[in-house]
Amino acid sequence: MPKAILYDSTLCIGCKACEGACAERWGLPYNDRVAAEETISAHKLTTIETHGDKFSRRLCMNCLQPACASVCPVGALQKTALGPVVYDASRCMGCRYCMQACPFQVPSYEWDKRLPKMRKCDMCFERQSAGKITACSEACPVGATKNGNRDELVAEAQKRIADNPAQYHQKIYGLNEVGGTSVLYLSAVPFEQIGLRTQVPNEPLPETTWRVLELVPDIVSTGTVLLGGIWWITNRRAEVSKKEGRH
Amino acid sequence: MLRKFPKITIWRVIFAAIMLAGAYATYLRVMYGLAGSTNLSDKFPWGLWIGFDVMCGVGLAAGGFTLVALVHIFNIEQYKPVLRPAVLTAFLGYTLVVVGLLYDLGRPDRLWHPLIMWNPHSVMFEVAWCVTLYSTVLFLEFLPVVFERFGMHKPLAWIHRISVPLMILGVLLSTLHQSSLGTLFLIVPEKLYPLWYTPILPLLFYVSAIGVGLAMTIFESWHSSRAFGRALELPLLASMGRVLAVVMSVYLWLRFLDMSHRHVFGLLSQNRIETWLFALEIALIAIPTLLLYQHRIRMKPGKLYACAVMVVFGFMANRLNVGITGMEAGSGVHYIPKWTEVAITLSIVAAGFAIFRFIAEYFPIFAAHSNETALMELAEQEEDPVPVG
Repeated sequence: MPKAILYDSTLCIGCKACEGACAERWGLPYNDRVAAEETISAHKLTTIETHGDKFSRRLCMNCLQPACASVCPVGALQKTALGPVVYDASRCMGCRYCMQACPFQVPSYEWDKRLPKMRKCDMCFERQSAGKITACSEACPVGATKNGNRDELVAEAQKRIADNPAQYHQKIYGLNEVGGTSVLYLSAVPFEQIGLRTQVPNEPLPETTWRVLELVPDIVSTGTVLLGGIWWITNRRAEVSKKEGRH
Repeated sequence: MLRKFPKITIWRVIFAAIMLAGAYATYLRVMYGLAGSTNLSDKFPWGLWIGFDVMCGVGLAAGGFTLVALVHIFNIEQYKPVLRPAVLTAFLGYTLVVVGLLYDLGRPDRLWHPLIMWNPHSVMFEVAWCVTLYSTVLFLEFLPVVFERFGMHKPLAWIHRISVPLMILGVLLSTLHQSSLGTLFLIVPEKLYPLWYTPILPLLFYVSAIGVGLAMTIFESWHSSRAFGRALELPLLASMGRVLAVVMSVYLWLRFLDMSHRHVFGLLSQNRIETWLFALEIALIAIPTLLLYQHRIRMKPGKLYACAVMVVFGFMANRLNVGITGMEAGSGVHYIPKWTEVAITLSIVAAGFAIFRFIAEYFPIFAAHSNETALMELAEQEEDPVPVG
């Protein structure tokens, strides 16, 4: 049963308890200066954003079919059956293709380190594996961030919209975006107004490159026969003309 | 023992200045990491070192596989005199691409990881394997030059025996990774500006690589004829100019068709930086293509050279647009490379020129096949790349 997070922007009070809990879980420093930063980075894997009187939260979407895991040349990123997309820093060579490929601009890099790593939220993989909920959902005092099974959370989100149609924008962000994500958003206003990227396609991104990559065996086998054949014909022709003394 | 001090020329001064700046930039890269040496950021993780050093570098080295295919597989003997410089450029090109990668990778010490840690779903994984294997192939294709130089006949005979499968492998690997550099960007449909994002990006990258490979061959021949005071193989290069015109026409036609199918011509009415960069790129390719269709332009060394240079610049404009400028709006970030990025890129290019010149001076690169009779024959045929009969 894949896990997910439901973030309801209409419930969020912007207390940033999720930020603090996240920093503690990763062992990252958290103080007023870090709290004031409204962007995710290598030292802040989730953040609360302020959009007028609305709040929004940024964290790794842990996509159902993650572009980052599909593009990683060394398989440092893996999608787990549990839901989180996890990162093995010991494999990473720092090509940063995951960052380029991520439609949500989530992965961050330790730019100032001599031996840098990529950093991103992994939906508390080890906590969830042990049956606990994510640190951010545990810390949230108002239930704006809720952790659970994805299909149950989708049902709950749909119910909240149906029960209170006036309060909600009639969509769940993350339900179909790039084939679906593990983080689902509810909002009172259209999602671009709370800083979410709404131009992302609904097609899973790994499909875009796989369509070409899966042709490689065909290209290699056809190419070998074709090039070998051409060489054989042209070379034979040259041999014959040499023998006949035409050259 | 007094060695003659090398004469100070303006080019040598520029070269020294570039290399000094590059050395200092290297120090900054090693000591202060990517933050201290680049303007890259979380939202703009690929810059000049990928956009130019890798994407342009690999493309500009495409003359190697193009000429190998023409001479050895299609058996068009006339092009033999420019085969070796093309293979040398390719070999140097790929070596320098790897040098560029060592600067760009966060963990250059793990450059070898893709060879043992596989992810066949990754385009980057495929590119890594192809580039590794193809660099090996290029090394083997270049070895005969070294064996000839030192009169090692046994290994020469040995390498000739495996040369045909080797060359076919080289063309295949090039086909794969030249196109895959375009496939890399298929994963960013929402970031890359629609004038450049297209599902046929791999095909466009492949065709333009063949074209720029030919253009680079003309470019090198012209420069080396001036540097070493040899006669220019004009009829040969003119006939290559004609092939170049056809290849780039196909390329432009593919782009036009693709854009009309995707209904993006409307974007050209917008006064944005992307529109102008697109216009520049297309002009730099279309103008020389049209000019090269004219016999009197092909047969004038200076004009032929100018056309080749335009194609090279048009190609670089395209790769930089796909890799850098076309990504800015979609990423919401403005990126201008830091001086250190530029210095290292220039050093790599300068080193490429210097090493090419050195090898061309001491190894049989240009002399090998340009015997009098071949040139005479060519002059008689003027320019007809396909032998009849």
